[in-house]
Amino acid sequence: MWVNGACNGIAVRVARALTGPGSGAVEGCAGRSGTGRSRVWLGGLLWLVAGMAYGDSLKVAVAANFTAPMQKIAAIFEQQTGQHLTLVFGGTGKFYAQIRNGAPFDVLLAADQATAEKLVQQGLAQPDSRFVYATGRLVLWSAMPRRVDAAGNVLRSGDWQHLALANPQLAPYGAAAMQVLDHMGLTAALQPKLVRGEDIGQTWQFVASGNADLGFVAYSQVLRDGKPLPGSLWLVPANWYAPIRQEAVVLAAGKNNPAAGQLMRLLRSDAIRALIRSYGYGT
Amino acid sequence: MLPVPTFDAEDWAAVGLTVRLATVTTLLLLLLGTPLAWWLARSRSRLAALVGTLVTLPLVLPPSVLGFYLLLMLAPQGPLGQFVHELGGEAMPFTFSGLVAGSMVYSLPFVVQPLRTALAGLGERPFEVAATLRATPLDRFFSVALPSARQGVLNATVLGFAHTVGEFGVVLMIGGNIPGRTQVLSLRIYEHVEAMEYAQAGWLAGGMLAFSFVVLLLLHARGKPALAG
Repeated sequence: MWVNGACNGIAVRVARALTGPGSGAVEGCAGRSGTGRSRVWLGGLLWLVAGMAYGDSLKVAVAANFTAPMQKIAAIFEQQTGQHLTLVFGGTGKFYAQIRNGAPFDVLLAADQATAEKLVQQGLAQPDSRFVYATGRLVLWSAMPRRVDAAGNVLRSGDWQHLALANPQLAPYGAAAMQVLDHMGLTAALQPKLVRGEDIGQTWQFVASGNADLGFVAYSQVLRDGKPLPGSLWLVPANWYAPIRQEAVVLAAGKNNPAAGQLMRLLRSDAIRALIRSYGYGT
Repeated sequence: MLPVPTFDAEDWAAVGLTVRLATVTTLLLLLLGTPLAWWLARSRSRLAALVGTLVTLPLVLPPSVLGFYLLLMLAPQGPLGQFVHELGGEAMPFTFSGLVAGSMVYSLPFVVQPLRTALAGLGERPFEVAATLRATPLDRFFSVALPSARQGVLNATVLGFAHTVGEFGVVLMIGGNIPGRTQVLSLRIYEHVEAMEYAQAGWLAGGMLAFSFVVLLLLHARGKPALAG
């Protein structure tokens, strides 16, 4: 039974794609000439290479702060278009390095504008596809209730051990956090207490697990269905840091993929913009 | 050939920290691992089978699993975190002592396994002879077992040190990547790569490669590569 299933499944389609129709590789299925055992082996082997064949879905690199809304948007996209999205979440700086080195992403949802601009200059992205899909807000967050006050004075109190932020060199939210500390004149004083997450996702996890008392994270990360997570937070005044304008851009690999254009249009639609705003972003 | 970059203070701090972490971890593991290996090598109890399995676990578990559990355990509300707090110690995540704790778990099998193999290989005979010469159990351990198993001790030391130098996933998850305090060399290289500072990354990575090669070459040249058999 399993062998028959394998005969009709993806493995055979892969085999046909690799070797051409009617070739020896899938005779075991077509002509029932092979022994059962050899067909099992063949099926197993094809299953091993089948992973390589899933190349037709749209691959989207998504800034970690946009994880929660993007999962909802992807579900809507797949429902509307019937096409599969492969989402990869991570730091914008890391994606930039990966794309420069040939990562096969079709679309990038960055956490800043500079990355899309650089990629366009280098011919790695479509110039006319760039647009700001969300403007991020930075919050100071603690998993403990009443830890963070409404004016961020806890930062001056020194009554805590670790302040987590995303690596400022790689993550726009980390750079914004450093601007806030600069604005408050606290950069030098707090330097020994800073711990750095690889991206804003790991930074959130440092705070959520209680390992860091406080952390600068994205507002979207501490909102669930429009309500803040348990703990305490301070919405940092937006003029204390450069606006976090997050740009989407179609990359060179997605140039001829109609699904890329469909996703960009969906991101611009009123319904999706409302959804994005419900996570605390500006649009 | 990559141009020789200027290494900044953070690069050198990462090198120093890595050496310090590997040294402290290896010394502590030898101290704790030797009696453990001695017991594992000689005991036939079911408990020994169980402990032996636990000791080997870090060999097969992905660093993300170890890092995840360590993060939960060491957190201020976690069981280990509470324990450390009651002893009056500072919270462990994002500190050097936290890295040492994580590295000890991570490198445990690399120290205990060669010791255990070497001690088990000695057999009963030398100890029976020593006993007839009225050597106390402690005497038998220090004057007979350890000197006879010195190749195992050397293997354990070198492998424990080298494996700790090569650590990445666990320190990424519990370290917080603080330059000079928890940013070990592997993390520094990762950061250079992500920031596309390939010259710095290339030279540091090359240094790592050369170091690891020389260490393993020395082990193999002595004729008894501990992991090969």
